[in-house]
Amino acid sequence: MTNSSKQSAPLFQLRDQRLQYQGRTVLDNLALSIASGERVALIGESGSGKSTLLKALREQRPYQVAWCPQQPGLVPILSTFHNMYMGALDRYSLAYNLVNLVKPLPGARALVEPIAKQLGLEQQLFSSTDKLSGGQQQRTSIGRALIQQRAIFLGDEPVANVDEYQGDALLQLICQQHQTVVLALHDITQALSICTRIIGLQDGAIVLDAPSDQLQASDLAGLYSAS
Amino acid sequence: MSASNSINTSASALRNLSFWFALSALLCLLLVDIEISSADPWAELGLMTAGALSPSVWSWPTLLSSLANTFAFALQGVTLAAIGGFALALGYRFTLVRAFCAFIRSIHELFWALLFMQVAGLSSLTGLLAIAIPYAGTLAKIYGELFEEVDPAPANNLPPTTSRLSHFCYSVLPLAWRSMATYTSYRFECAIRSSAILGFVGLPTLGFHLETALSDGQYSEAAAFFYALLLLIGTLRLWLHKRLLPVYLVAVFYYLPPQATISWQLLVRFISEDIVPAPLRGQTIANAETLNSLSQWFSLLWQQQIWPGLVNTVLLGQISLVFTGLLALALLPLNSALFFRHGRFVSRHLKRSIGDSILVLLRTLPEYLLAFIGLLIFGPSMLPAILALGIHNGAIIGHLLGRYTEELNLRDDASRGITLYFYEVLPRIYRQFLAFLFYRWEVILRETAILGILGIATLGFYIDSAFETFRFDVALLLILVSAALNISVDQFARYLRQRLQLKTVPESL
Repeated sequence: MTNSSKQSAPLFQLRDQRLQYQGRTVLDNLALSIASGERVALIGESGSGKSTLLKALREQRPYQVAWCPQQPGLVPILSTFHNMYMGALDRYSLAYNLVNLVKPLPGARALVEPIAKQLGLEQQLFSSTDKLSGGQQQRTSIGRALIQQRAIFLGDEPVANVDEYQGDALLQLICQQHQTVVLALHDITQALSICTRIIGLQDGAIVLDAPSDQLQASDLAGLYSAS
Repeated sequence: MSASNSINTSASALRNLSFWFALSALLCLLLVDIEISSADPWAELGLMTAGALSPSVWSWPTLLSSLANTFAFALQGVTLAAIGGFALALGYRFTLVRAFCAFIRSIHELFWALLFMQVAGLSSLTGLLAIAIPYAGTLAKIYGELFEEVDPAPANNLPPTTSRLSHFCYSVLPLAWRSMATYTSYRFECAIRSSAILGFVGLPTLGFHLETALSDGQYSEAAAFFYALLLLIGTLRLWLHKRLLPVYLVAVFYYLPPQATISWQLLVRFISEDIVPAPLRGQTIANAETLNSLSQWFSLLWQQQIWPGLVNTVLLGQISLVFTGLLALALLPLNSALFFRHGRFVSRHLKRSIGDSILVLLRTLPEYLLAFIGLLIFGPSMLPAILALGIHNGAIIGHLLGRYTEELNLRDDASRGITLYFYEVLPRIYRQFLAFLFYRWEVILRETAILGILGIATLGFYIDSAFETFRFDVALLLILVSAALNISVDQFARYLRQRLQLKTVPESL
């Protein structure tokens, strides 16, 4: 996974960074580097700064990142097809995009349909997302990220609304299709089984950063207990 | 097509409805006259532009007094309307009261003015009542709905034996007060427009001099009155403070006391004879002959005035409604920071403010005045009316929608520009857009009828001719027909709003 040649040129690098959320400092004196090919899980209580860190990472390489935020930001009255296609808007001309909005075009369908199938959304492809369940909406959001066909996937609790079994499958799919993956997760077992590196956040700082094969679930439990 | 590909989106329902509306407007467009009939519209437009660039005041006392009259009628009218509307709102749960409010607001202030003029002449009382009555109906509706929508929690916490009045004063009024004040101040801005327009039928407000100057081609003088109106509305916020309101109220009632020399004899004659359908006058018992001549009178009126007037009003109203919607959608980016980027010298919020002032300016222009100017440029046809109604109402809705787009929670990786507009913004605000548009439908139709006074063959045209030929029975009947049309459209719009679950907050998941 992580060999020395890849680590020599870090994909993301933060040095002495102070990250703020709505004017409040969330993470301070942050030093972090992530190399291409890594699968990183960010672990910590809600409010510990996982989302803020992901946002900062996205800003470093906005055009190489497939983005999957916690709030899926779907357009309720549009179909699953359109909501997924929105990840590919920048690859087509304005005219193509506008026509496709009124009548789904063959090219766009050929792009979206295989991914919808992988996500188990082929039945809901032309239902609007306000008619979907929370889990289906989340899968649509993942679909929108997959459509982007980027090398890096940044996901904020991408499988929080689906059951564990489905979640594992979705995370496997995400990892298959992206070279580098950074995920904020709350499920410790999932983090340990899917990711190669665990970063623990607590009280505005990184308190743990280790390869997952050197860690056990009990090592991470402390991140969630009240100090 | 397999089951998996069947389309089941909320967007398609809204799109179908929009399609039928647009199609109906296109069909209407085939049936009406929208030709440019003036010989050289560009020449007229050039003269107007030249006039607009060189405003001149021929008489300051006239300008200032008409400005003061415009303000006085508006403030008096809205004050009276607020008091009356409040009283009516207290009984808003009774169907009869609601129907009464719907009726008085379905008759346009110009029609009220034409009616009162027959009895009270061109007096200050006529001006005051013409504004106060329809506005009372509108305010009663808004106040009544606000009372119904207040948070019930404070009321539920009151001791069970609390009297109705205490209950209202402690748990309803305080919660609704702020919205009532905001809405009333918005209606005051509208009342200034109405007051100015009353000049077109002869009252001594800005519209009187505007009409004279425009008709005579004195565009520089017209421009001065026009700018005075814009300035009056544009600067309201600077000098019309809440605390100074009592002072202004005393001043306007001192300056322009509502009075009229009413001849009681004339009033009695007007009510007991003039407005009674001609065949019934002087008849005490209804015999077969009277009924026969009444039905002939009515069927002739129906053929010659009511039906053509109704048809034209509906056609023009439908076209204007759809045009208003299209303009609103095209104009909304002007008031949304989402569609401006930070420039090197100008921040996007400043750019947005500039964009919005264009919308506010377009909104400030009364549609009646716009239509009048349009007629001078394009000559008589429905084109000026469509443009006037579309621009005024489109700017109002565009302004509101633009502001709402900034409440949308967009993703950090959302697209930009036109793609952002069609894929993210438009679908999220579409229900709200339809809600605003249907809300405005009744207003557009009311205005459509009134534009007839300018010579477009809607109901207002026949009403105005009836007044001019002193056939008050016909005038009243036509006014009632236009009221019935407005009430039906209002009901239909209300049904559509409920049916489509149109919301007034932007949507997101």
